[in-house]
Amino acid sequence: MDLAAHRFKEQARTALQDRVLQDSFARIGGKFGEARSRAVAGLPEFDRLRDDAVAIKTHVLANLDVYLERFEAQVTARGGIVHWCATPAEARECILAVARAAGARTVTKGKSMVAEEIGLNPFLEANGVEPVETDLGEYIIQLADEPPSHIIAPAVHKTKSQVSDLFQLHHARYGKTRRLTEGGDLVAEAREVLRQKYLDADMGITGANFLIAETGSTVIVTNEGNGDLTQSLPRVHLVLASIEKVVPTLEDVSTLLRVLARSATGQEMSVYTTFSTGPKRAGDLDGPEEFHVVLLDNGRSQLLAGPAAEVLRCIRCGACLNHCPVYRAVGGHAYGWVYPGPIGAAIDPHFLGVEEAYHLPQASSFCGRCEEVCPMKIPLPKIMRHWREEAFRQNVTPAMQRHAVRAWAWLAARPRLYRLAARAAARMLAAAGGRRGRIARLPFAGGWTAGRDMPAPEGRSFHDLWAARQGARK
Amino acid sequence: MSGARAQILQAVRRGLDAAGSGRPAAEAAVAERLAARARNLVPARARLPVAAMRDLFAAKAMAANATVDRVLAADLPDALLRYLGDRNLPPSVAMSPDFALDPYPWGRAGLLEIARRRAEPADPVSVTPAFAGIAETGTLMLWSAAERPTTLNFLPETHVAVLRAGDVVPALEDAWTRLRNALGTGAAEAARPFPRTVNLITGPSRTADIEQELILGAHGPRRLHILLVEDED
Repeated sequence: MDLAAHRFKEQARTALQDRVLQDSFARIGGKFGEARSRAVAGLPEFDRLRDDAVAIKTHVLANLDVYLERFEAQVTARGGIVHWCATPAEARECILAVARAAGARTVTKGKSMVAEEIGLNPFLEANGVEPVETDLGEYIIQLADEPPSHIIAPAVHKTKSQVSDLFQLHHARYGKTRRLTEGGDLVAEAREVLRQKYLDADMGITGANFLIAETGSTVIVTNEGNGDLTQSLPRVHLVLASIEKVVPTLEDVSTLLRVLARSATGQEMSVYTTFSTGPKRAGDLDGPEEFHVVLLDNGRSQLLAGPAAEVLRCIRCGACLNHCPVYRAVGGHAYGWVYPGPIGAAIDPHFLGVEEAYHLPQASSFCGRCEEVCPMKIPLPKIMRHWREEAFRQNVTPAMQRHAVRAWAWLAARPRLYRLAARAAARMLAAAGGRRGRIARLPFAGGWTAGRDMPAPEGRSFHDLWAARQGARK
Repeated sequence: MSGARAQILQAVRRGLDAAGSGRPAAEAAVAERLAARARNLVPARARLPVAAMRDLFAAKAMAANATVDRVLAADLPDALLRYLGDRNLPPSVAMSPDFALDPYPWGRAGLLEIARRRAEPADPVSVTPAFAGIAETGTLMLWSAAERPTTLNFLPETHVAVLRAGDVVPALEDAWTRLRNALGTGAAEAARPFPRTVNLITGPSRTADIEQELILGAHGPRRLHILLVEDED
């Protein structure tokens, strides 16, 4: 997708003025948030399961090379083919080569964030292969020619009436010209249109929530069943997954599944959890004849050593988005790249560089809610802070801010001077507050005071008050 | 892509500060974990006496919008016919060729038309056996084989699963143990390979992608009906 992370500020401003968008994201936070709370309350062991989940992924990441080799060996033993791709370009070429070898003209797709990451759809289109998204949300935004705005609810920013318009426009060529207004009718029409696509497709592409080293299985989790039709009807099934998705055993994946659905949609279990292992077997009446797994690195291996390594535990549940006050205010598109919200702020700088993604880790109040709800206990605020430091180190932070921080650091390291300055500032601000005790305009903080007044300090610094209080105690 | 393979594995090892030739300690740790297949924490929820556990399975499946009919083996075909009639569905089903479904007295439900095969796009109803029911979440486990085509679980609008009460287990881990036993993974040589497809199914297909409104029957079955056979332990 187009890179627009550097335009975060403008995009956020536009989003904040969009009433319809505001409603959509308020709703998702509310619904998913409440559902998650209920699901967590319904499982007394939830927190201990999180600890187990973290331990599983930590163990995998510490032995990632060996697990990848084991996984590959199992896929191969079952008649599948593993393709290793270091870069998005390699992955795109590899997938196109598989599609061409299969003579594929139409490719159905299950939901895959990694496919967004490598920009797969425009590439396939440019090369004469028609990709058809089959997850209803992904299908809607494909018709609208937009990127997803949420990891698990990609079309959450679209209203029903916008979906009605899109279907009326794009389904006319299938002879469906009536404008539908009921959710059930819209879903039924999409079902009918996409059903034919599954049957026509020569190849199905799915992502993977997990890869299992023990069995060589790839695992997808859906509620619609689209991933299952995508992989059981066409002749070729290709799985696109990033390297950190591997887990050791069926027992381990069971633990991760328990925290995944609860954190994502508040379900105890998603409707369909599907384990796919190799192509169809001798005698099978259905299933694909070829099974390919494309393993993408795209720099994840370099994260392993660094201070942001813990993002590799992410299982893409979207809980951090649903609970983030910033994401819920500005929506997913403002972030300008594939992964929005707190997890995006923590990994996009790695993929895009700190200059392009500078604003994303800045767009946080560090309220810590994301870390609190993360099933994998990823310290998202700490990692965002790391990217802020990295931006400072690389001189990406604006000069004014850098100088201000330096000046403050210099002052803070000199306690006597600091107290003097604080006392002076407190008096000045108190005077500026006047009788109302409020300051309506502040230099360098016009954006902040545009929407509210700043309560003025009472005129004495914290140190003075503290000293007076301690004196009174004695 | 063997160039990329070496490159990625090397980059991973560099990241783990484990460049160098072999990784004997990691190899051993991984081999041990894969052999042990140790269970992590399993929630206590479904650790119940058998009858209560089966009740929990039914309750959880219904909470996920499945319907559950607890029947006796001899009445199963009639129960199926009744279910179809109540919903104005045609008495014509695509049924998995699995011999596990053979013993039921299908002949008694004279009206019922049965085709033992994979699913075709126009099939309104499928009937399959379920390998296990998982009580903790009301989930069915099904796995593919020549006699159990996967398309039956997804193409028809109505999926009827036959589950023997004795196949209801407390937790997901218990179902994996059963599957490994069924495949004969005790002796590696004699073991059948892990199936092409294992489906965990919890309720009928659904979506909430349009304004978060829950709608059943997105791409897979609109209805999931479970015939729980009480007298088969």
